[in-house]
Amino acid sequence: MSWSHWLLQVLQVALALATAPLLVGWVNQCRAWLQNRSAPSALQPYRVIRKLFHKDAVIAANASPLFRLAPYVVFGTMVAAAAMVPTVGTGMPFTTAADAIALVGLFATARMFISLAAMDIGTAFGTLGARREMMIGFLAEPALLMVIFVASLISATTALPAIAAQLVTQSAGLYPSLWFTAVAFTMVLLAENARIPVDNPATHLELTMIHEALLLEYSARHLALMEWAAALKLFNYVTIGIALFVPWGIAAEEGAFALLVSVPAFAAKLLLAGAGIAFIETVSAKLRVFRAPEFLATAFLFAVLGLLVHLLLTG
Amino acid sequence: MEHLTLDLQLLNAFAALLLLLSFAMLSQRRIVSLVNLLALQGALLCAATLLLAWRTGEQHLYFSALLTLALKVVFLPWLLHRLIRRLGVYWDTEPLLNVPFTMLVGVLVVVFAFGLAQPIAELASTATRNAIGIAIAVILLAFLTMITRRKAMSQVVGFLSMENGLFFGAMSATYGMPMIVELGIALDVLVAMLVLGVFFFQIREQFDSLDLHHLETLKEDQ
Repeated sequence: MSWSHWLLQVLQVALALATAPLLVGWVNQCRAWLQNRSAPSALQPYRVIRKLFHKDAVIAANASPLFRLAPYVVFGTMVAAAAMVPTVGTGMPFTTAADAIALVGLFATARMFISLAAMDIGTAFGTLGARREMMIGFLAEPALLMVIFVASLISATTALPAIAAQLVTQSAGLYPSLWFTAVAFTMVLLAENARIPVDNPATHLELTMIHEALLLEYSARHLALMEWAAALKLFNYVTIGIALFVPWGIAAEEGAFALLVSVPAFAAKLLLAGAGIAFIETVSAKLRVFRAPEFLATAFLFAVLGLLVHLLLTG
Repeated sequence: MEHLTLDLQLLNAFAALLLLLSFAMLSQRRIVSLVNLLALQGALLCAATLLLAWRTGEQHLYFSALLTLALKVVFLPWLLHRLIRRLGVYWDTEPLLNVPFTMLVGVLVVVFAFGLAQPIAELASTATRNAIGIAIAVILLAFLTMITRRKAMSQVVGFLSMENGLFFGAMSATYGMPMIVELGIALDVLVAMLVLGVFFFQIREQFDSLDLHHLETLKEDQ
């Protein structure tokens, strides 16, 4: 591993940390435009995070150390996940350290801690949010794994950068199985990131909130870390989607010139993905909580169909 | 992955989309949307036939593509829409099984169909033999659609979708049936549809509903 690989790795993590809030801001802006509201600045999430870091934290009297620890763990896992997902280049040292299945495990760790922390204080809303989060998580996880398996079958590896590199360098082919899994992945992305058909990120209406209920007891720097981690999670999911389904333009070989192409390409894909999420959120209505399993079962179905179609059509 | 030419890849993609549409029909509860999906399935079938005709150079496939377009994309959906309007049936009642469970059964059916198609595909010599499994899956899913529905209308749509699957299967196994057989089947479907159209009115006259479970209790000594 040469130093340039490590430089690329550090660059990618820094890029993820810096642009994740911007992506959330962009999605919010697009949503506001589509709904004929005057849009907040795309930089708003940065301002919120900075404001929260300057406040004094209030913590419930009966909070255990776990409650204080959770934001750091959640943020840490999201940063580690960002290190595994290729954004602008594929030659990364982390490729050999962890693959996409470990990535799913990291997301599960974060979910575990955030749910435990929500139940820690013992408020009704925290417990309710934790239960719903776990319900959605355990349904979304198999679908996500299945999506990754299909991509792995096509490129014979489970490491995300290798999958992306494989898809880029191979002669362009039509993969109907990947179309199916792309639909499944989009549904998982919406569910996992508390987006509209499953959860509404802009609501504090107690009967419907999931993600917000988990964060109710947090304030100041803890809340800032949680918000940032949520933004990173969305960023990670979007980049996984880009790496699996539209990797073209990513720098598969070394050199500054390849990066010169891949960074604008990546930025364009990110902008499009953000606008797409905003569009889906605008045209769909929020499902009742009890319809969420149906939604995620459909995602799983799409992923399995992708697998079957792949096995049949190439067999 | 073995290397396929672009037109074959496109055909495979059409096959995959046909399967997707079958699942969409399985989950759809609005009859109007069901008919639209059927028309879309017909259009896909027509496109696949055209592509195959261009690829193989078989003249009769052009005719069957034309037939598909006229019958399955234009005429039958139009007829069904007209029937829906005149009968006023827009929604199917709650299906016998709930939707997620039906979908899961559907996945099992697809696995079964793929297993079933394996020996057939080995015997077939066409380049499209991989799609035979999908054709069988489409047929069986249409069966499932018919089984899980109560309204006569949606059962007929399932029946027509099954015919689409059969047609696609014949196409991918042997590059289409002989012209005379294809014409016969097309005419059959047309006549069946017209007769069933009359039937709908009779059923409604008799039972004040299109729910087919009334037919199960029909006895002479009622």
